[in-house]
Amino acid sequence: MAEKTTVDLGLIAPVLEEYKDTPGSLIAILQKTQATYGYLPEEAIYHIAEVTGTAPATIYGVATFYAQFRLEPVGKHLIMLCQGTACHVNGAELISAAITDELGIDDGETTEDGLFSMEHVACLGCCSLSPVMMINGKTYSTLTPDKCRKVLREIAKEEGGADA
Amino acid sequence: MKLVVGEGSCGLAAGAGAVYDRLAALLNESNPTGAVLDITGCNGMCFLEPIVDLYDDEGTLHRYVKVTEKDADDIYAAVSANDLSSLDRLGITPDDAHFLEAQTRVALRDCGIINPENIDDYIARDGYKAIEKILKTGMTQDDVIEQIDISGLRGRGGAGFSTAFKWRAAKNSEGDEKYLICNADEGDPGAFMDRAVIEGDPHNLIEGMLIGAYAIGASTAIVYVRAEYPLAIVRLEKAIKDATARGYLGDNILGSDFSCVLRIKAGAGAFVCGEETALIESLEGKRGMPRLKPPFPAQSGYWFKPSNINNVETYANVPWIINNGGAAFAAMGTEQSKGTKVFALSGKIKRGGLVEIPMGTTLRDVIFDIGGGIRNDKEFKAVQLGGPSGGCVPKEKLDTVIDYAELGKTGAIMGSGGMVVMDESTCMVSMAKFFLDFTAKESCGKCVHCRLGTKRMLEVLDRIVKGQGEEGDIEKLEELCYAIKDGALCGLGQTAPNPVLTTIRYFRDEFEAHIKEQRCPAGECRDLITYSINKDKCVGCSACARQCPANAITGELKSPFEIDADLCVKCGNCITACRFGAVEVH
Ligand SMILES: Cc1cc2nc3c(=O)[nH]c(=O)nc-3n(C[C@H](O)[C@H](O)[C@H](O)COP(=O)(O)O)c2cc1C
Ligand code: SF4
Ligand code: SF4
Ligand code: FES
Ligand code: FES
Repeated sequence: MAEKTTVDLGLIAPVLEEYKDTPGSLIAILQKTQATYGYLPEEAIYHIAEVTGTAPATIYGVATFYAQFRLEPVGKHLIMLCQGTACHVNGAELISAAITDELGIDDGETTEDGLFSMEHVACLGCCSLSPVMMINGKTYSTLTPDKCRKVLREIAKEEGGADA
Repeated sequence: MKLVVGEGSCGLAAGAGAVYDRLAALLNESNPTGAVLDITGCNGMCFLEPIVDLYDDEGTLHRYVKVTEKDADDIYAAVSANDLSSLDRLGITPDDAHFLEAQTRVALRDCGIINPENIDDYIARDGYKAIEKILKTGMTQDDVIEQIDISGLRGRGGAGFSTAFKWRAAKNSEGDEKYLICNADEGDPGAFMDRAVIEGDPHNLIEGMLIGAYAIGASTAIVYVRAEYPLAIVRLEKAIKDATARGYLGDNILGSDFSCVLRIKAGAGAFVCGEETALIESLEGKRGMPRLKPPFPAQSGYWFKPSNINNVETYANVPWIINNGGAAFAAMGTEQSKGTKVFALSGKIKRGGLVEIPMGTTLRDVIFDIGGGIRNDKEFKAVQLGGPSGGCVPKEKLDTVIDYAELGKTGAIMGSGGMVVMDESTCMVSMAKFFLDFTAKESCGKCVHCRLGTKRMLEVLDRIVKGQGEEGDIEKLEELCYAIKDGALCGLGQTAPNPVLTTIRYFRDEFEAHIKEQRCPAGECRDLITYSINKDKCVGCSACARQCPANAITGELKSPFEIDADLCVKCGNCITACRFGAVEVH
């Protein structure tokens, strides 16, 4: 997994070049930074602060305000589990419990092997097919605890074979 | 022949991508009848996805539903043989077809019909005709606003403010630098109307915004889209590029002296940013904290310049209004609520999806006639409108008509269009807690009443669902509700108590059962229920025992199994595992 000290700041140089003189683009910069590293590394935050002339505290303030930003690396497969109204009514809580039981992680946690993280999100816009989760951009709908376990096991199997 | 696969987000979630790929591969190999393959956005029948629409050589539509990859082979075979009779088993039933036939589509008029990634499809259906009419026939800014005024269009984002009033205020505001903003943050968790419009008909939104920009005198337009809608962003980006290339966006649009650029700003996951002043703060790259109003955005908005903010659906109605005249729009609906409204129907409903109906339709018609009633023939209990800012409407009020004022009288609101249906198995106390949990997490923290008040309410509700409620808790909740309503700065705090107030109003007995008898009548609150197996229904198959994570279920094969209540963690696995309905909750 990415160690915090090995972040290559050169990767976000083009982003900073593009946005550094446009007022109001801090969120866009952070989004692209997160897309690059998978999270917002401390070093990157300080680097952005320096280049854009923004106080690091301001950047932390923004980064912690929005649910999208993460200050820690996430697992290879990010499970975004919908906890919106329709999913709640159709049993999202049971799905969450199934994930916790299957992987031993709760909302916001990552498995020890770094394979999975779970994040509760507000609504994925597929409410008519609830409950819904999204893993790496793919949406899984009309979940049951059983169906959800199968999806996770399949991913784990593809990843590691015997030890999964 | 033309084959069209529905590729909206829910279509893709249901497997439309694989169906499309399969059809494409097969047609690529050999295509004896010269069939064309295309995509479209969400037609609203999400409960039937994946959907394949086949237009035969006469142009007649054959709609195939719940199509699997394997069915795609059959469709291909039938198309290639030029004989569709073998596909009858996949055809939509008349009952399901009624879902669409009963609707009146204005904002969604192209959704599920055109390819959203093809500007020519939009143009072929009178696309960009409205902006052309304005620019070529010399309609003035006031002429445009006049038509919107006549139409009676009110904001579809929740508050229902007169659109013409807002446009006029922004137009009359001092300053030559003005902004037009579209609120596509769609924060109500359980609503997806705006997603469908952007994914299914992005040019319609662009045209509506162009007209708004012209009317108020803005040359920059911005769409603030929520981060959870990646497909909407991709389609909108493409649409902006195509519209610019055709001269509908950019300098001197259609040869006139009107110029306007349009850009996208992706949100970053904060419900409060749907509030217009918080949205503006967020656009400026800051924490999304609401500003004090007045001044209103029309006077001082984005970078403190006059700005107009409308919801996606509001703009989506505008080209239609200009093309057909304000009076045609006003001919639909009720005295105070004109035109149509889109709802995202979900929850315990048979047919869930997008419904656009004229204002004045009853809730009953939407839920029972269009939506087909409750799934698994359970009993209707309530419908939630307006999400965290709204409330629930019980069975007795199902004949309420969809109208801003009439819905307001029930304690709920029109809202942006979320319509979540609940049945007898939904606990209303838990529902109230669900919303408070949401608003407490999403409170931006600026006002003490909102930040602490919602937390306090959540604590009380949490105790109640755990069976630790106390005499006087209901009154305490009500007191907190009114204090928050009075003390909060923005709409989030001011409306956060609504879900609790309406549930207390209509389902007080359910609160009392939790508090006084430690009982959850709906059988949902985990701490108040027990799982058991009905000996008469159990066939002893052991399916449940194998799914139980706590090994709480034991028994001999072929004789009734039993659940050890002390070990049971109430995960519900056994209920889904049992195919005989033998697991019961009390
Ligand atoms: C907490 C909160 C969240 C809101 N979320 C949204 C939203 O997601 N989409 C929206 O269009 N309006 C939302 N609004 C309403 C906006 O503040 C604003 O009234 C609306 O965008 C104006 O557009 P309209 O007049 O076309 O409805 C929200 C308001 C509040 C207080
Ligand atoms: S009411 Fe709540 S969300 Fe709104 S400004 Fe106050 S603290 Fe923030
Ligand atoms: S799954 Fe149902 S039928 Fe099978 S043992 Fe369990 S309760 Fe009995
Ligand atoms: S509530 Fe889960 S997708 Fe909308
Ligand atoms: S995405 Fe196809 S109907 Fe909803």
